Amino acid sequence: MANEKLIQKGLEAKARLEERAKSGFGDTSGARAKVYGCNSTSCRSAGGESVIDSFNQAVDANELSDQVRIVPTGCMGLCAKGPLVKVVIDGMEDQMFKEVEPMVARLIVAEYITPVLEGKISELPEFLKQYTLDLNSPFFASQQKIVLQNLGHINPESIDDYVDFGGYQALKKCLFEMSPQDVVNEIKESGLRGRGGGGFPTGLKWQFSHDAEGDEKFVICNGDEGDPGAYMDSGVLEGDPHAVIEGMLIAGYAQRATSGWLYIRAEYPLAIKRIENAIRQARKNRLLGDNILGSDFSFDLEVRLGAGAFVCGEETALIASIEGKRGTPRPRPPYPTESGLWKQPSSINNVETFANIAKIINMGAKEYSKIGTDKSKGTKVFALTGRVRNGGLVEVPMGMTLDEIVNQVGGGVDGDAELKAVQTGGPSGGVIPKHLLDLPVCYDELKAVGSIMGSGGMIVMDEDDSLVDIAKFYLGFTVEESCGKCAPCRIGGQQMLDKLTKIAAGDGKKQDVTDIKRIAHAMQKASLCGLGQTAPNPVLSTLKFFESEYTDKIKECCGGCACSCNKNEAAK
Amino acid sequence: MANSSPNSGTAMAVKKWKKKRGSLIMALHEIQDIKGYVPWEDAQEVAVGMGVPLARIYEVLTFYNYFKLEAPGKAVISVCLGTACHLKGNDEVLKEFEKELGVKEGTSTEDKLFHLQSVRCVGCCGLAPVVVINGKTYGKVTPSNVRSMIEEWQNNFANETDVA
Repeated sequence: MANEKLIQKGLEAKARLEERAKSGFGDTSGARAKVYGCNSTSCRSAGGESVIDSFNQAVDANELSDQVRIVPTGCMGLCAKGPLVKVVIDGMEDQMFKEVEPMVARLIVAEYITPVLEGKISELPEFLKQYTLDLNSPFFASQQKIVLQNLGHINPESIDDYVDFGGYQALKKCLFEMSPQDVVNEIKESGLRGRGGGGFPTGLKWQFSHDAEGDEKFVICNGDEGDPGAYMDSGVLEGDPHAVIEGMLIAGYAQRATSGWLYIRAEYPLAIKRIENAIRQARKNRLLGDNILGSDFSFDLEVRLGAGAFVCGEETALIASIEGKRGTPRPRPPYPTESGLWKQPSSINNVETFANIAKIINMGAKEYSKIGTDKSKGTKVFALTGRVRNGGLVEVPMGMTLDEIVNQVGGGVDGDAELKAVQTGGPSGGVIPKHLLDLPVCYDELKAVGSIMGSGGMIVMDEDDSLVDIAKFYLGFTVEESCGKCAPCRIGGQQMLDKLTKIAAGDGKKQDVTDIKRIAHAMQKASLCGLGQTAPNPVLSTLKFFESEYTDKIKECCGGCACSCNKNEAAK
Repeated sequence: MANSSPNSGTAMAVKKWKKKRGSLIMALHEIQDIKGYVPWEDAQEVAVGMGVPLARIYEVLTFYNYFKLEAPGKAVISVCLGTACHLKGNDEVLKEFEKELGVKEGTSTEDKLFHLQSVRCVGCCGLAPVVVINGKTYGKVTPSNVRSMIEEWQNNFANETDVA
């Protein structure tokens, strides 16, 4: 019996996980010094790879290989200051180095790590201090890392590292100590909501799928991060691919699914490479395939690539794309949990949602639900960019205010201009003006002011940025990405963009603003999918808070009407 | 020529994917990875090999921005127009490339050395504005860098020819 052999191998893998759990999780290399070099897309673009090479060469040259471990890691967050390198030496304060070049890497080894290990010095040499970042600064200290916990600590290309840091223990617990319904209940109780932006309760979605019957059943991971200007999912896929796989495995078990599908943006070659590598490792370790860890649960994963279509973030369009068709959405119901991929029950969650799952199982739903606010539990990862000093990937507890995120974690505006507004939710979101920055970051609060949580893009804008231009930028994007299936989105978007372009060029009329509002309303009500329904948000929210920026550009304004343009103010 | 049969990469892609579900886009990706675009003959080969009507293949190829139907230049210049790059002025960088190369965005130079395109976010917003040329990323770019970037690649190609 072939299966008996598989089960035997699975049980051996299970025993290894049990053995590993007996001692504390963490690094097992025994090295006295560890060098964590960021090996993510952003730091690699800044030269991170050659920095890691230089560390390796320098350590070899100083014959320190048995005492120093060099770990290429996922994103450490402060992308604007990359390449980042963290050096941890026993008995010394941890040091984070910024903008490291190969030369600096060699100096760190020769003038800091080596003499410390030889007992010759006991603090960082003065000349290296110009390269360090304060690990007690709010950027590092105010974050709470759950999803990004492993980033900066493990090598994403090593399953052993993931297991050393507690990986796949949650899966083992689910398979051998919990029923599928128990797992669904745990996720429900945690209060986790979809991190792709919509905020639908994850446990509830899993319950629908758990209860659905079909010849097959699918779990799908949405990694088609379409928001231009956001890279949370690529950060997680590149930095901790096994966390996504473990989340999908637990989801598959809980929903009694037969296979899982990862749909990833083709524009993320490194994320694809690392997830494919992780899948191979998981298969080898009996964590994917038949009789996982010797249980009777069988499940495997397939990767499918997107091809540059924002609309494929919409779940029915994503399903069409996996099926090899044009990515056009279809009306719901039926919802994918009843009839999805190949008309079988399918549940779709975002990368970040999956990355939360194992953590929830490990810490327990009760503990997890203590983080965040009443209706928004846990943490959220944001790609903090734009006119902000500490641009990068950050993770904060839900309920932290925008002000804290931008001014403390982000270090405030980069430059002399004053902060004007913060944009969340990308092309489906809106702007939040400076006077509302006390707003806590939660699904419902952001919605109430005309924006959305979105997948995690957060763009800071200052007084010199034109919000009419930003609205035009986003609308131009959604018009280009509209699939053309339904008229409100296809025609409405274009009409709105034409009027907006006219206004931006100074040729607009007052009537154009009125028309924009009417078209926006029609699109929100009548579009087939989320892309069209939310496309007007950037325009509407800038109009709501910054109408004068529009009316200032309208020449014909009489200076006596009800609008709030400068001419009008002057006339008063 | 690495392969004696011009379509052998495509034949392998068809063989690899034809029995798998949801594989049309994957097969097309593989062809574009090898050839830089999806030629008409290869699309036909996929149609026959995978049993998919040619019309459906073109439906897919023309729907998704990622697929190219014509051979791009030797160096593909991708100017990121994601939000962070837009905010930091990459539109001006794109204009400078158009001016220097004498082509419009989405087209190639006559000598087929350069293809200029805009993309939406390459995932390194901390380095905005960003330009990627054949996989090499340039961060914090300004219009004044454009000429030297073009020259760098012209030199690369000139050296290649010398070696050959």
